[in-house]
Amino acid sequence: MSEIPTELRYAASHEWARLEDDGTVTVGISDHAQDALGDVVYVEHPEVGQQVAAQQEAGVVESVKAASDIYAPITGTVVAVNETLEDTPELVNQDPYGDGWFFRIEPDNASDLAELLDSEAYAEVCEADAH
Amino acid sequence: MPFIPHTAEEAASMLAAIGADSTDALFDEIPAHLRARALEHVPAGVSEMEMLRHLGERAARDDAGICFLGAGSYDHHIPSAVWDLTSRGEFMTAYTPYQAEASQGTLQLIYEYQSMMAGLMAMEVSNASVYDGASGLAEAILMAIRANRKARSRTVLLPDSVHPHYRQAAINIVRNQGVEVVSLPLTDRGVIDISALADAPAAAALVIPQPNFFGLLEDVDALTDWAAQNGVMSIAVVNPLSTALLKPPGEWGSGGVDIACGDGQPFGIPMASGGPSFGFMCARQALVRQMPGRIIGRTEDLDGKTGFALTLQAREQHIRRGKATSNICTNQGLLVTAGTIYLSLLGPRGLNQVAAASHTNARALTSALTAIDGVSERFPGAYFNERVIELPKPAPPVLEALLERGILGGLALGKYYPGMENALLVCATEKRTAQDIGAYAEALREVLK
Repeated sequence: MSEIPTELRYAASHEWARLEDDGTVTVGISDHAQDALGDVVYVEHPEVGQQVAAQQEAGVVESVKAASDIYAPITGTVVAVNETLEDTPELVNQDPYGDGWFFRIEPDNASDLAELLDSEAYAEVCEADAH
Repeated sequence: MPFIPHTAEEAASMLAAIGADSTDALFDEIPAHLRARALEHVPAGVSEMEMLRHLGERAARDDAGICFLGAGSYDHHIPSAVWDLTSRGEFMTAYTPYQAEASQGTLQLIYEYQSMMAGLMAMEVSNASVYDGASGLAEAILMAIRANRKARSRTVLLPDSVHPHYRQAAINIVRNQGVEVVSLPLTDRGVIDISALADAPAAAALVIPQPNFFGLLEDVDALTDWAAQNGVMSIAVVNPLSTALLKPPGEWGSGGVDIACGDGQPFGIPMASGGPSFGFMCARQALVRQMPGRIIGRTEDLDGKTGFALTLQAREQHIRRGKATSNICTNQGLLVTAGTIYLSLLGPRGLNQVAAASHTNARALTSALTAIDGVSERFPGAYFNERVIELPKPAPPVLEALLERGILGGLALGKYYPGMENALLVCATEKRTAQDIGAYAEALREVLK
């Protein structure tokens, strides 16, 4: 069973979102997603300053098996990307909820976060995936 | 085992198992008006004897005369060993090597090919080839648009001095992908009008031909630098043989181009009525993940032995499907095999000699033809192995008359460039002797009398 921290919000497309103290939202992919992808070898980030819309493609994560799109879980502007992933993409596998984060969004409406799944609902999505 | 996937009985039992009435019923979800009808222009089958006769008659037309035709396909000498070796069963039957562990020979050959092309172009990476030069250009445009996200533009600048067929093919391929192609005008010297770049719209990429369709050398350093300074990716489309003499695309301007592509036909591929050939694509290492098609990598197995494998496959169509870097490409395995053997046989010095002899002969041809009354050079400037000759009258009937005299005299340009009805694109390779050139000049003198 993969780890699904209760303090985070999730998209059915397997991104997690965390509201930071400064009002920005950090985005990464779930433990379940990194496990399904296998060894991550490359991450393609959105541009800092780029406008992203919820459920719109904002990057690509590439493993030895497949390249998958990363969707923005919330509408806003990209304010930071995790540049350390350029040289150490394996952080996505090793620490998906910590050092393996992807990018940070300044949300247009922080309240949109409430529309994402909580850990329980996301666990059901993962469960359904397994069948 | 017969090469029949299934018999009528087997098809019927499969349809019964899934509860479908007919094979056509499997395509019900495709609206009728989108489905292909019977092929109207394909005639009924003929016997092998009839077909051989028909093909023989057509093939005979290829040997119509001494060839001074170039324009993208060139009459170079092909050492006999090239196709003797390429035709071996091990090469002839091997297609895309999906099963790497069983295809080491093919993979190594492609790896050597990639190394040679990257070396010739002075670029960091090469893919395993694409269909031809024109589709290579289309792929390069799409690649640049994917890679140049900072430009936030889907416009590409495509000069009129690029081969008209390349432009047409590239536009056909990219126009349904939301790409806007903006042409760049020629100067009266037959090259890209650099001053027009100032008025060009914001773009993701600039295509730079070298030599251009008229055989002329573009100011590639200035064009490459302009692109770099304006956040535009530069795409070189080159005759690969010319890089034996000219500065390779990786060294143009202060930082080299981003992508180089072109057609590999000059390397051991017969003209064969215009095809098939192979397209090559090289790029900077930083762009390798946006490069379409396959790339062969060298690696080590568990015992530390050298081996070869398909690499960077995650964005290919068999994995990423509709979001793949390309859904229209494959490598041209057999032709790349011929090209690689050709390059191996010639080596850098041989290639340089072929290129130099072609250039020398093109100069001799130009002198011989322009010595005729009323015949002149259409454009000034340096050139490689082709030249535009201006005739005192429209080119097409002159070409017909030359053909009657055993001379395949070149390409009439009026069809492609309004106002160039009297212009003729001529070419000389290392195969053209002084006698051949003399025969052309004599025939042209007679025809123009």
